[in-house]
Amino acid sequence: MISDFNLVPLLPEIFMALTGMGLLIVGVSQGNRATPVICAAAGAALSIAALVLLSLGWDAQTVMNGMFRFDEFAGFMKLLVLIGLIASLALSSRYLTQEDMARFEYPILIIFAGIGMMMMISANNFLTLYMGLELQSLSLYVLAAFQRYSVRSAEAGIKYFILGALSSGMLLFGISLIYGFSGTLDFTVLGKTIIGLEQIPIGLTIGLVFLLAGIAFKISAAPFHMWTPDVYHGAPTSVTALFAIVPKVAAFALLMRLLFQPFADMQEDWFQIIYFLSVFSMVIGAFAAIAQENLKRLMAYSSIGNMGYALIGIAAGTAQGAGAVVLYLMIYIVMTAGVFAVILHMRRQGLAVAKIDNLAGLSKTEPALAYGMLILMFSMSGIPPAAGFFGKLAIFNAAMNEGLYVLAVLGVVTSVVAAFYYLRIVKVMFFDEPADSFDKNEGSFARRVVLIVSVLFVIGFIIKPSILYECAMHAASALFTVAG
Amino acid sequence: MIVQALAFYLFAGILTLSALMVISARNPVHSVLFLILAFFNAAGLFVLLGAEFVGLILVIVYVGAVAVLFLFVVMMLDISFSDLRKGAMQYVPIGLGIGGILLGELMIIYGGWKFAPNMSENLAAPLLRFESSSNTQSLGMILYTDYVLAFQLAGLVLFVAMVGAIVLTHRTRAGVRRQSVAEQQKRRPEDVLEIRKITSRTGV
Repeated sequence: MISDFNLVPLLPEIFMALTGMGLLIVGVSQGNRATPVICAAAGAALSIAALVLLSLGWDAQTVMNGMFRFDEFAGFMKLLVLIGLIASLALSSRYLTQEDMARFEYPILIIFAGIGMMMMISANNFLTLYMGLELQSLSLYVLAAFQRYSVRSAEAGIKYFILGALSSGMLLFGISLIYGFSGTLDFTVLGKTIIGLEQIPIGLTIGLVFLLAGIAFKISAAPFHMWTPDVYHGAPTSVTALFAIVPKVAAFALLMRLLFQPFADMQEDWFQIIYFLSVFSMVIGAFAAIAQENLKRLMAYSSIGNMGYALIGIAAGTAQGAGAVVLYLMIYIVMTAGVFAVILHMRRQGLAVAKIDNLAGLSKTEPALAYGMLILMFSMSGIPPAAGFFGKLAIFNAAMNEGLYVLAVLGVVTSVVAAFYYLRIVKVMFFDEPADSFDKNEGSFARRVVLIVSVLFVIGFIIKPSILYECAMHAASALFTVAG
Repeated sequence: MIVQALAFYLFAGILTLSALMVISARNPVHSVLFLILAFFNAAGLFVLLGAEFVGLILVIVYVGAVAVLFLFVVMMLDISFSDLRKGAMQYVPIGLGIGGILLGELMIIYGGWKFAPNMSENLAAPLLRFESSSNTQSLGMILYTDYVLAFQLAGLVLFVAMVGAIVLTHRTRAGVRRQSVAEQQKRRPEDVLEIRKITSRTGV
């Protein structure tokens, strides 16, 4: 029997898996009528999982034959993932019935995707890493194609699936090279092996390159971003919201754990790759979004750009940089959830619309919504005093402290370019001739709550930025303590 | 030793050739048959490595189930493969380019390959307890204990795959007569049977 057998740190995951299966049984016996109830129950289950997570002792420990690592970083990132999942469930519940895709499997797939993400965050072994990644990806492929009578949705699902399989292949090839070199899949042992090296052999470096390429695909960093606009555009909007909000947090946590723990001693090697990915993503995210007419595609490019900024923090390679990344991701998911609450509100004559032009004159027809969106757009473009500014400030600050001036300057320049398309939305809302007003949305209480919370967070962040900043720094510093 | 090397090159050579034939054969059924040949040779390579259990599983699962399923799909779906292949030639140059780069990388890796100094210790660490037992036995001992987490996660992955397949393909058709056990149990003789006394030559 294994010596470190301990299921306590896995309690949130186990709870989620059991509830997911239980809800599936309820769904099978009650049929699709039960979808709203199951959505609510899934939201409650995720909240309970978050409470269970909070009640655990967050001291660093490695359990289950060293495969599962739980520390403050993992706990904090899992909390972010759970909050993101709850937000995207709240955004979806009304949309599902409106789009006639209210099938009970939807919330259940979200739960299982969540388990996959939490496993990725806690992975301390390439086996758990890969299993978590596949569990998450498989659920997301199905969700992308969930509106199966829509050609676009099916196309999004297939595109995501094929490219995702390709990226998994690259990831596995990289892992096989690393395993072939070191003879271990365990991060702790791998880290010790790498520290003892006098010179990094080429095989290990190429393995790391393939591994990073696979993960870069998952966080949609350029040049591995090609799937993002099409998938975001084609998938049902509530699923797009999920894609934009949650999986990136998990993939980033995974990337940070890999780079700052086992591969910490290969910083010169991975620094160039992260640097390149970051520059490329920022530029693509800023310039390619200018021509977009569709809000969902725009958000796709915006997320590519945002991943570029977050990668700067990793490139800095310090605890401060890692903390800045955590803070940035936290602000990013809250803002994105708010923006998607607005996009999901956009319906005319019973059909979902997502063109920027459809927002024309929103300030006259629905002023409250327009002002909410205005604040979110200011925050996205990083205009103080909104929360988005502080995220960028922390990132650039960390970069400057490490002497990465080029990255920081480029980040500021691309932020200015990106401000163009965020502010264009504001211009359309406030200065264009009003278009027809949107449908009255009844029963979208949960979505409204998400929007209000998001806007309040964005405005209220300035009151005491230090609380969340300290939390993020504290969580990230757990990555840099020596693995036990 | 020489026999082993010969067997390796035989298996590896046939494996590569049949993999090539899988993508170039005109008839899709031939492609699947070549795929089966490729699986058999891969199994042979596993046996050469001393992993006889994995080799046999490969034959049973992939040849016995997956490839046969492929064969069914190919035969049941009416896909015009020549249509699919139309225009594929235009991607050959870029494909060859990428393949060439990968091949070059592989050669560089192979040329400069070095193992970590403690590679063999790391490799042996999980199996120290099972030195005397056979491959299959130690796999059984380790799979449900040391690797129970990965094993359970694999179960969840398969579970999600099943749910996903049902979500994407299952549809309820109208007008299908289904057996309803509850309805059948509820039937009472008095609801459906009428007993009449009939005197002869009068009819009902």
